[in-house]
Amino acid sequence: MQEILNVNGDEAVAYAVKQSLVDVVSAYPITPQTIIVEKFSEFVADGLVHTEFVPVESEHSAMSACVGAAAAGARTFTATSSQGLALMVEIVYIASALRLPIVMAVANRALSAPINIHNDHSDAYLMRDAGWVQLFTENVQETYDTTIQAFKIAEDERVLLPVAVNLDGFFLSHTLENIRVLPDDAVTEFLGGYRKVAKLRVDYYDEQVPHMLNPARPLTFGSLDLYDYYFEHKVQQIEAMKNVPAVVREVNEKWFALTGRKYGDGVIDAYGVEDAEIVIVAMGSGAGTVRSVVKKYREKGEKLGLLRIRMFRPFPYEEVKGLLKDAKAVAVMDKGIGPGSFGALYQDVVSSLYDLGSHPLTVDYVYGLGGRDLTPELVAKMIEQVKEDVKTGQVKEKIRYLGVRG
Amino acid sequence: MVVKTLPEFPVKKGEPAYKIWIFEPGWKGEIPLNFNLRQVAEQKRSALLPGHRLCAGCAAPIVVKLASFAFRGPTIVVNATGCLEVATTVFPYTSWAVPWIHNAFENAASTAAGVESAIKALKKTGRLPYEHVDVVVFAGDGGTFDIGFQALSGMAERGHDVLYILYDNEAYMNTGIQRSGGTPKYAATTTSPAGEVIPGKPESKKPIADIMVAHRIPYVATATPAHWMDFMKKVRKGLEVNGPGFIHSLSSCDRGWRHDNAISIEVLRRAVDTCYFPLWEWTPETGYMLTDRSLVIARNPSLKQPIERFVEVQGRFRHLMKPENKEKLKELQEYVDKVWEDLLKRASNAPK
Ligand SMILES: Cc1ncc(C[n+]2csc(CCOP(=O)(O)OP(=O)(O)O)c2C)c(N)n1
Ligand code: SF4
Repeated sequence: MQEILNVNGDEAVAYAVKQSLVDVVSAYPITPQTIIVEKFSEFVADGLVHTEFVPVESEHSAMSACVGAAAAGARTFTATSSQGLALMVEIVYIASALRLPIVMAVANRALSAPINIHNDHSDAYLMRDAGWVQLFTENVQETYDTTIQAFKIAEDERVLLPVAVNLDGFFLSHTLENIRVLPDDAVTEFLGGYRKVAKLRVDYYDEQVPHMLNPARPLTFGSLDLYDYYFEHKVQQIEAMKNVPAVVREVNEKWFALTGRKYGDGVIDAYGVEDAEIVIVAMGSGAGTVRSVVKKYREKGEKLGLLRIRMFRPFPYEEVKGLLKDAKAVAVMDKGIGPGSFGALYQDVVSSLYDLGSHPLTVDYVYGLGGRDLTPELVAKMIEQVKEDVKTGQVKEKIRYLGVRG
Repeated sequence: MVVKTLPEFPVKKGEPAYKIWIFEPGWKGEIPLNFNLRQVAEQKRSALLPGHRLCAGCAAPIVVKLASFAFRGPTIVVNATGCLEVATTVFPYTSWAVPWIHNAFENAASTAAGVESAIKALKKTGRLPYEHVDVVVFAGDGGTFDIGFQALSGMAERGHDVLYILYDNEAYMNTGIQRSGGTPKYAATTTSPAGEVIPGKPESKKPIADIMVAHRIPYVATATPAHWMDFMKKVRKGLEVNGPGFIHSLSSCDRGWRHDNAISIEVLRRAVDTCYFPLWEWTPETGYMLTDRSLVIARNPSLKQPIERFVEVQGRFRHLMKPENKEKLKELQEYVDKVWEDLLKRASNAPK
């Protein structure tokens, strides 16, 4: 019953949004996200969706309009990249703190300067502390699947947090792939129709009222919180994050039942990790390249594994710890770097391992900045280096660059 | 979110809250001229409840109350960061009896655009339980003239059906009286102090309402809460047009303007009497039209008072009253006269 479409990642996102009964889309163009909104504008122009499309004058306003729309009860979507995300970041934090289930596609791209339109994860790392659920996809099929799943995760009463679907700029956003798509009514059924606004108990009304701007039961959104309440509200937001992994897994399973496709347990996607001596941790499309190389090594009988992080926020510390505890070495691949620190993924993986009695060796491989290719040869080079580290029992340089000229 | 203590009204259990915002039953259109403020207040409930924490004498809550007296039905309010926002929603309390959202400082207009779009989408799919919901923004001068201008201009250009009400206290008051694009020439603020060499803000006020007219939106007006009937009519007109409305209300701030907090309304009256802040409205059909006291002054120019009358009661202009600054005051008068003459030329109902 699934149709095959030949689309790139951006078109896949637009198609998923079209099927998800989204009420308001507000966005501003930026490469490599542009096609999402262009494609979606065509759906609007052809009357294929009921969506109100708000072509704002900046990304800051795009996220602001999404906050207004979501607070007014609409299912809401936006998309951006790089500088666009940087411009909206003030409101990105507000969206999650107001507990609004907005979905945003981030076609990952390097941050300026120097200006560069190609892929890395520095934009996604920029929002890692913003309180959003952050999912990373490996291929176009997964991008389509995840976009629809994102609405279900965001709107789940246990979550009520915005979700970012990350797809690697150009590698996924502009690469054609044959994907399987569900019929519209199957998506509608999966999402349970239009957005249903969650209810919360308000003492003043002495009843459950919809958590939205509702003239019949007025609520005040975004009030001033001084030291007497801010902390408690932040803790509630943090606690809501704890419910996310279970919901992501559930949604992954439901999607599997519906489509026959699933991505690990939804949170992490492990390949050959159980008995591996060396595990490579990666996110996004680069994991595909790593997987193919790891496969070759395993065919030669070498104990290698790939741990792909699909859900970067909330970070699955316990699962990562469980899967890496017996490895001799862990190479973390970061497509972004905090100058003066480590890549964000490396920091999280190391935090997961800290309270183990004995740790695997760890090393941070920074790769692919500004769209630099990750070739199978580079992956093999990395693996050989780590094998050497295991032999000598130590890692001399904690940060290594893959594919940078000396 | 748990809201613990709110006064009994406006919502009785089971009663839809929006009912109290309209002159019932089926009240619509002009506020009858023989109404006095007390009758209005008796028939309408304010969207802003007692117990807010704005300064005594602040005109901002009067702006909101008068505006809400003219609301015509279910209304959602969007508020930019500023005095009004922080002083009315100190958690766990709220002074707002209508659905209200504050997003950030510079994005009230785009937030309102999102709210309005959501309302449209809900209506299109049969999920809006009302015929119509009005969206009204309240924002200060900083959030409008300066940092929020891009969002406001974008909202106006796209034609969202939102009424944007600027309460202009002519400085960033919430952060401690710093100059804004709305601060008038020679006013002393904490970032444009009157010193030995520089006598207050060197630049003139940005003509924000004219800039909004240049956007060719359906309705633009200036107003003050001192001219309350004029104010309410304008709010109602701004709501009734299909598309963006913009109301520029002067709003005295006794802290920042440094005047006695008992004379806030008097100061606003003087702003109009001196033609420092003329009252007018603009629509694409009628062009500029003088209203209320400004129309009276246009017909009888001898009623126009010298700018001293506005300046003399305010500490922010104290240095202008010194003999050595006589020229500066003259310059201010010339500027006011020029703006007023320009307006008289443009206003279609000004005597020619
Ligand atoms: C991006 C950003 N910059 C600065 C501030 C600090 N800030 C909060 S309120 C305010 C001034 C508000 O002034 P105005 O809009 O004139 O309203 P008023 O307080 O005078 O009523 C400023 C600068 C902020 N909240 N956000
Ligand atoms: S500082 Fe001025 S604007 Fe702010 S509440 Fe006080 S009087 Fe009103």
